[in-house]
Amino acid sequence: MNETFTKAMARNMFYGGAVFFFLLFLALTFDTVKNLPKRDHRENITESVVRGKHIWETRNCVGCHTILGEGAYFAPELGNVYKRRGGEFIKAWIAAQPTGIPGRRQMPQFHLNDQELDDIVEFLKWTSEIDTNNWPPNIEG
Amino acid sequence: MQFKSQAVAKPYFIAAIALFVGQILFGLIMGYQYVVGDFLFPYIPFNVARMVHTNLLIVWILFGFMGAAYYLIPEEAETELYSPKLAMLMFWIFLGAGVLTIVGYLAVPYATLAQATGNDLLATMGREFLEQPLPTKIGIVIVALAFLFNLSMTVLKGRKTSISLVLLIGLWGLAIFFLFSFYNPSNLVLDKYFWWWTVHLWVEGVWELILGAMLAFVLIKITGVDREVIEKWLYVIIAMTLITGIIGTGHHYFWIGTPEYWQWFGSVFSALEPIPFFMMTVFAFNMVNRRRREHPNKAATLWALGTGVMAFLGAGVWGFMHTLAPVNFFTHGTQITAAHGHMAFYGAYVMVNLTMISYAMPLLRGRSANSGSAQVMEMWAFWMMTVSIVFITLFLTAAGILQIWLQRMGSNPMSFMDAQDQVMLFYWMREITGFVFFAGLVLYIGSFFYKQNEAPAAA
Repeated sequence: MNETFTKAMARNMFYGGAVFFFLLFLALTFDTVKNLPKRDHRENITESVVRGKHIWETRNCVGCHTILGEGAYFAPELGNVYKRRGGEFIKAWIAAQPTGIPGRRQMPQFHLNDQELDDIVEFLKWTSEIDTNNWPPNIEG
Repeated sequence: MQFKSQAVAKPYFIAAIALFVGQILFGLIMGYQYVVGDFLFPYIPFNVARMVHTNLLIVWILFGFMGAAYYLIPEEAETELYSPKLAMLMFWIFLGAGVLTIVGYLAVPYATLAQATGNDLLATMGREFLEQPLPTKIGIVIVALAFLFNLSMTVLKGRKTSISLVLLIGLWGLAIFFLFSFYNPSNLVLDKYFWWWTVHLWVEGVWELILGAMLAFVLIKITGVDREVIEKWLYVIIAMTLITGIIGTGHHYFWIGTPEYWQWFGSVFSALEPIPFFMMTVFAFNMVNRRRREHPNKAATLWALGTGVMAFLGAGVWGFMHTLAPVNFFTHGTQITAAHGHMAFYGAYVMVNLTMISYAMPLLRGRSANSGSAQVMEMWAFWMMTVSIVFITLFLTAAGILQIWLQRMGSNPMSFMDAQDQVMLFYWMREITGFVFFAGLVLYIGSFFYKQNEAPAAA
């Protein structure tokens, strides 16, 4: 590297760059958080949606599925599953697991009661209404 | 080894390698579940295997970072570690917490584990990579703080070099951004937004500072190139890392409910993220070419060069491949992401740890380098693991492209599971390659025990 470019200059570039871009990141974050209510429809986050998210987390659903594209790639995307399958199908599907078909991927039986099944559906319904800039490309997720 | 207290690094390195073995074993289980879906069901469902696989990865890399810091800081600061006893205490706490957590994942249903560990008081579990129960998360914070206290005190009483400063900034950043794992709002969009503050700002932010400092340290030692030159490179590399990587977080904000402008910020800045990785490759080769001594540890030199190349390919090239928003629209959440993840983690964080271990472990065992035959064995292990990960990445990339074609393009898209059936061949090839990787890992461990009584390799 060029001799006229000294270590002190490199160090200043590091500190200056880090501080400047972190501040820019904070500013963008501030703006994002301010604008989110229009996009996430948080007025629709009911008690049931909150409980549904808790069930989603405590059954580690994200260990096999993706939600808005994030998670594991072993099982279908569930961010739009409410639109793809509808609430009744989702409940029947969860209740019927595992399929036990030899050689096929298996989903555990979580022994959810009717209330809990309703909650998870409410959570997935709310999730499907988030403005995701039209992702995923089609209904298959 | 110049200071007695550097010896605390040794158990950290041994634990790191042991957990690495566990990580790969669970990777093989998951790879097999991809082709034979009901393998080990219901005893080890896929989600449990995945949690063990990724959590072991994170924990062993942290063990490696800690070992590296305990080795590097006293030598850079030219003084004994502030408290070797505290370092050993933290070792056992961290290992205990790590092992208990893994046992918990495997022994009881996740919901039971959550209930038993206070997740109803403060819900933090069940989010990708942050699945650890609350006591484990708190344990990580305590261990990290004690570790940082110990290192900071050491640097404060000794020589302050740029390398130790950068390492400390990276490690402090690691601890600070982990705190976002305790924030879990019921609004999924906010949850995801700040989840990335831990995940992205770790692996594409502060961890790169740690990586850079470790690589710079080893390069000074094995090449004898002037410290001023190496530290200047280090600063430029990490400057580019943060200049591109902080706003680069935006490439995760395309489709999770965040505003559209992130497609511009995320695409532009993360398209620049390969730059620091490319510089790292140039840096490593440049320094080795300009070496002023022939270090007897050829294996460590190979690992150092390999880190530069593989981090650039895995993080840089494979990251760039799907980082532009119009491309990511189709690739998001497919096997393309998995392909990138595997080569990036191996190339950057696995390899830099193995570089450090390769350099430091012989010294910790009282010799400048291992015998020639042990080094040859280690270098075979290098090639087996590295070539395997390249092929695993290529197979997953092929699977991903096919998956996107079948499931996301055209007028009559297939369902997820139908598309999965069509790409089975690539999952089989990935799994077979996984066994080659494992064989490489066995060989790697073997090199620690092979002909250690022979004289160290000559320079």
